[in-house]
Amino acid sequence: MSKILVYLEPNNNSLKRVSYELITAAHKISENVFGVLIGGNESQLQTAAEFGLKNAFAVNFDGDKNYSSTQHAEIINRLIKSEGFDTVLFSANATGLELAPRVAVKIDAGYVADCVAINNEGGKYSYSKPVYAGKAVVKTLINTENVVLSLRPNVFTAVKNPVSTVSVTNFDAGTSSAEAKVKVTSIARNEGKLDVLEADIVVSGGRAVKGPENYNLIENLAQALGGAVGASRAVVDAGWRPHAEQVGQTGKTVSPTLYVACGISGAVQHLAGMSSSKVILAINKDKEAPIFKVADYGLVGDIFEILPKLTEKIKQMKG
Amino acid sequence: MNILVCVSRVPDTATKVFVGADGKSIDPKGVKFILNPYDEFALEEGLRLKEKNGGNVTAITIGSPEATEILRTALAMGADDAVLIKGDNLDSYQVAYNISEHAKAKNYDIIFAGKQSVDFDSGQVPSLVAAMLDIPSISVVSKLEINGATLLAERDIEGGKEVLEASLPCLVSAQKGLNEPRYPKLPDIMKAKKKPIEELDAKPADAKVSVISMELPSKERVGKILGDSDADISEIVRSLHEEAKVI
Ligand SMILES: Cc1cc2nc3c(=O)[nH]c(=O)nc-3n(C[C@H](O)[C@H](O)[C@H](O)COP(=O)(O)OP(=O)(O)OC[C@H]3O[C@@H](n4cnc5c(N)ncnc54)[C@H](O)[C@@H]3O)c2cc1C
Ligand SMILES: Nc1ncnc2c1ncn2[C@@H]1O[C@H](COP(=O)(O)O)[C@@H](O)[C@H]1O
Repeated sequence: MSKILVYLEPNNNSLKRVSYELITAAHKISENVFGVLIGGNESQLQTAAEFGLKNAFAVNFDGDKNYSSTQHAEIINRLIKSEGFDTVLFSANATGLELAPRVAVKIDAGYVADCVAINNEGGKYSYSKPVYAGKAVVKTLINTENVVLSLRPNVFTAVKNPVSTVSVTNFDAGTSSAEAKVKVTSIARNEGKLDVLEADIVVSGGRAVKGPENYNLIENLAQALGGAVGASRAVVDAGWRPHAEQVGQTGKTVSPTLYVACGISGAVQHLAGMSSSKVILAINKDKEAPIFKVADYGLVGDIFEILPKLTEKIKQMKG
Repeated sequence: MNILVCVSRVPDTATKVFVGADGKSIDPKGVKFILNPYDEFALEEGLRLKEKNGGNVTAITIGSPEATEILRTALAMGADDAVLIKGDNLDSYQVAYNISEHAKAKNYDIIFAGKQSVDFDSGQVPSLVAAMLDIPSISVVSKLEINGATLLAERDIEGGKEVLEASLPCLVSAQKGLNEPRYPKLPDIMKAKKKPIEELDAKPADAKVSVISMELPSKERVGKILGDSDADISEIVRSLHEEAKVI
């Protein structure tokens, strides 16, 4: 049976939601699951008990600031070699995508990035990942004994499966950020603003919004839904919104529970960033717009008329 | 400065994808291939660095002989040298291995790559190469500054931006926003046609990952498309709440 190491990431007093998703996914492969948290604290780790994590390693290292991909990869490498893990899971987020290949080289493992499914066919595992901007999906096999995966955030669901406590073992870092040839020196958080990558619901506006002065239409709907604000490239290129909000091939890939596209045509490069969303609602005055081909729900009409009404009705429904 | 830029040949992003007869790769018929868009940012950054500090820019690609086209584009944009390492259907590990084997002999100060190839969208070759060379790397960089042997970079992360510091030699993978890539001028395109391209065969390494099948995404969508009346809007709100249960 596989022995799996799950790379956990701290978030204030708990772990990032993706970490809990990884824990659930790992338990579908094996009972033998361990977490590792580098530079966090014990109480953050204990929150994983809710999702069934029984064992974890805590590594003392400078925190979020001074994060170093090279040092983290080396710590994980030493931990894998000393404990005999054969499978390592990362989130396919900014940190995981950078770290996973480094670890794969160190432990001579095959690596599949941005997995959206782990398939078990009679004990033989294959891994599905979207390719060509989500226009196709490939199933891949890993030919090596060791396996490294990064899982697309929000695709694997975190399932509650409480255990009484996470048994935590300290593991010596054997290195510090002072030795690092690359490290994070500062982080600027978009305070108070929900990021498209972390939100359950994303509401994006397109060129139809016509100007930054009208973006409150999008913001109000996002607020009513408790979601984040996104944008098409047309909006970002026009300078109405920052690039951090761009969804699509040259922006972010999101897969929220609900994606709302307002006045977005649905160009392939935009679809690339949102077509794996669980539910898609599109609002567009052109009923032939390609966005409707991927939509679960649609309203054909003018966003300037529909959005205020839609926002109002959602507020009413939520009481 | 001795600069290496990794470039790959990929289908145009607007290409319609059809699964080929082998059931595990795309049907290349009618597909237009281009220089990977992110690699244009990588190349532009390498060229600017050379223009500022002097030095040499080498473009490298691992692929089929057709990949010569994108090396010509790189040369037309201003790369000094081009290297084609010939190998077909290699996995990311084999690609990275061949880039790193080339780089080991050359002592590059900095290696640029794109954030991801727009075919398999993995974003793994840059970190693999850096790990094989045992040098630091920063991926998905949208702002870069180099002072002496110190490198300052900015990148987007979930919910914010990170500033990182690294020392040369280093590998940097480029995100949109890093710069505005130049268009090659006609005389340079003509000149690039005559420049030599170094060709080598790929060194063998075992494939660590193999593709067993490719399919078009099967996600069934509900497809309930209504008009713009108050009743339609109410019905959609009700559906989202009661059927899809997402609000
Ligand atoms: C290499 C490359 C990378 C790219 N990357 C991205 C990316 O990351 N993200 C991205 O989004 N795009 C990307 N694009 C651009 C993409 O091709 C489209 O140009 C872009 O998505 C269009 O944005 P849009 O839908 O907002 O605008 P448009 O295509 O202009 O669509 C506007 C839509 O609004 C509708 N409309 C107009 N007025 C109203 C109204 N009053 N009410 C309702 N509907 C209305 C119209 O019917 C139309 O469908 C990329 C392109 C390339 C070549
Ligand atoms: N076959 C290749 N030859 C040269 N460079 C490549 C190749 N494949 C990928 N790269 C580089 O690695 C980056 C990320 O690619 P990938 O890991 O395939 O998503 C690309 O933008 C290129 O800079």
